[in-house]
Parts: sequence; C-alpha cells; structure tokens
Amino acid sequence: MVSVTIEVNGAAHVLRAGRTLHDLIASLDLLGKRVAVAINREVIPSPRWPGRILKPDDRVEVVVAIGGG
Amino acid sequence: MNLNDSPDEVRPAASEAGLTIAGRTYASRLLVGTGKYRDFDETRAAVDASGTEIVTVTIRRVNIGQHAHEPSLLDAVPPDRFTILPNTGGCFNAKDAVYTLQLARELLDGHPLCKLEVLGDEKTLFPNMPETLKAAEALVKDGFEVMVYCSDDPIQARILEDIGCVAVMPLASLIGSGMGILNPWNLSLIIEQARVPVIVDAGVGTASDAAIAMELGCDGVLMNTAIAHAREPVRMARAMCLAVQAGREAFLAGRMPRRFAASPSSPMAGRIA
Repeated sequence: MVSVTIEVNGAAHVLRAGRTLHDLIASLDLLGKRVAVAINREVIPSPRWPGRILKPDDRVEVVVAIGGG
Repeated sequence: MNLNDSPDEVRPAASEAGLTIAGRTYASRLLVGTGKYRDFDETRAAVDASGTEIVTVTIRRVNIGQHAHEPSLLDAVPPDRFTILPNTGGCFNAKDAVYTLQLARELLDGHPLCKLEVLGDEKTLFPNMPETLKAAEALVKDGFEVMVYCSDDPIQARILEDIGCVAVMPLASLIGSGMGILNPWNLSLIIEQARVPVIVDAGVGTASDAAIAMELGCDGVLMNTAIAHAREPVRMARAMCLAVQAGREAFLAGRMPRRFAASPSSPMAGRIA
C-alpha cells in the first residue's frame, strides 16, 4: 500500500495514496461540522473537497470558531 | 473642539435609529467578545443579558483527534440569531490576518463582515498600524466589510476610512487591561471627523467606562474581559447594556456646561425670612 504523508494543523499525518480532502475530513469525524479548510494556505470550499486528492507534503489547515474578543 | 461642554457640535447628525454598519442597522450599540467565559452556557447567558446583536469570535485550528463531539461555540451563539464577527486575534502580521479572515468567511458561509486586528507585540497587544493598513487594503479589495481595531490616532483612523473600512475601532486602553478611557481627547478627534461608525474596542473596565465612551459620541463599544472577568459576568453584561444606552441618551441630550462656580438649583427670589 502506497501512503502519503501530509501535514494537518501542523502535525504529520499519514494516509493512503489517492485519498481526498473529503476522506480526510470524514476520517477526522468533522463532516457536517462548521469547519473551514485550506490547503497550502488556499481556502478550499467544501463542494471541492471530494475532488481534491491529497498530495505528499500538502499542508492542510482545519479551523473552527472559538471564544475570543 | 470642546470635549464635554458642547457635545452637539461633535456629532450634530446623531440619530437614535440604531447603529448602522455596512448598511445594516442594529438596535444595540454594544458588541461583545466570547473569550474567557467559564463555559458556553455562561457565554450565552452573558450575550443575552448584554442585549448585543454582534458577537465576535476567534478562528483557531481544530484540535485533531479531540472534541469532535463536544458542543461548539456557534451552537451556543448561532449565526442565524446573532451577527458573527470573526476576528484576527493573535495575528501579528497582515498575511496571517488576511488568511485567517478568508478561512472565517468560508466558515461563515461567505459572510463578509469581519474584525481586523493586527497586533504589534504580546506585551501591549497594541495594533501594528503599518500591517493593519496593509491587511485592510487587501481585505477591502477582496470584498470584506472591515471593522478595524486601531490606535487612537485620528490620522490612522482617517486613512483606514479612506481605504474603505466600514467602522474604525480605536482602543480606549490596552486589550484586557480594564483601564478605561485613557485619552478621551483623541477619541473625540476621531469621532469629530469620522464618516463611518467609531466603536471603542478594548480597555473598558466597568459600566461607567462604557457610558463615558458613548457620552463622547462613540457609535458603539466592543468589550470582552470587562464582562467575562467580572465577579458576576451576566450581571455585568446587563450593566453594560444599560451603560451604553445611558451614555448614548446623555450624548443625545447634551450635557450641561462645566462651571467652576456653584449655581443654586432653587431660585434665590422669594426666600423665607
């Protein structure tokens, strides 16, 4: 099995080759949650998640809203 | 300019219609942050007690592998009920601030209203104005409606307005300091010239500070710590709601001139004996 290593929120993350951003968000149990996602500092709207295959060294950012002033 | 004696000269067109930002009008002139509360129940109770319609939130990385099923802030303060104002708290340069707000816009279904703050250093959390201006320009160009935390410098405020920011939000004193309105004269200079709402952001410590800001002619006040770190946050939220209303009413009413000498309230004529 070929795997790729990407970065998710600053930490290394290994997944099977050919996995999409949608697969990743699902595996993190975040589908349907109010999150926003960027890869390599480019925001990827959720309709584009299934078509975006994760490549080695992609830097994925998954964010939420938290309390702040 | 005369700070207290002739407030009508400061903003003759003041209206009671509410606070209008980027074409939307809000009945409440109080904006509140959501940080530093014990839990989301307390956050929501304070938000409700404050009467606010605009609630600011911060954007942060999801804690991967944890909390996937825990309640989220936006369940407690839902976007269909409140105007959510994403902020760039913790950003120290224009690039990070712009990126953060692009993510926020996606998170909030394309909602363009945002609070830009680019901080200078961790000790003062004072705004880094060159970076703030850079970020404001990029964001306005990208279609954002930018409410901007800034120094209490009338020149910087004017530049931000010229860039196209929808509100300028000078600090009254350092973020989280509770030191109150330290330079009312500078705030008045900003208020006097502004064509967009002026909202005091940062430094309010208690209700009288909020009232003073509003009496100066500010269009609104944004606060977080003053409510969240009060002994009873929900009660303080209510106090702030009343203080902002009282300050606004006093501003519209126009205060009496300050006089050095006493002036009796009862007529001197017709006294007994």
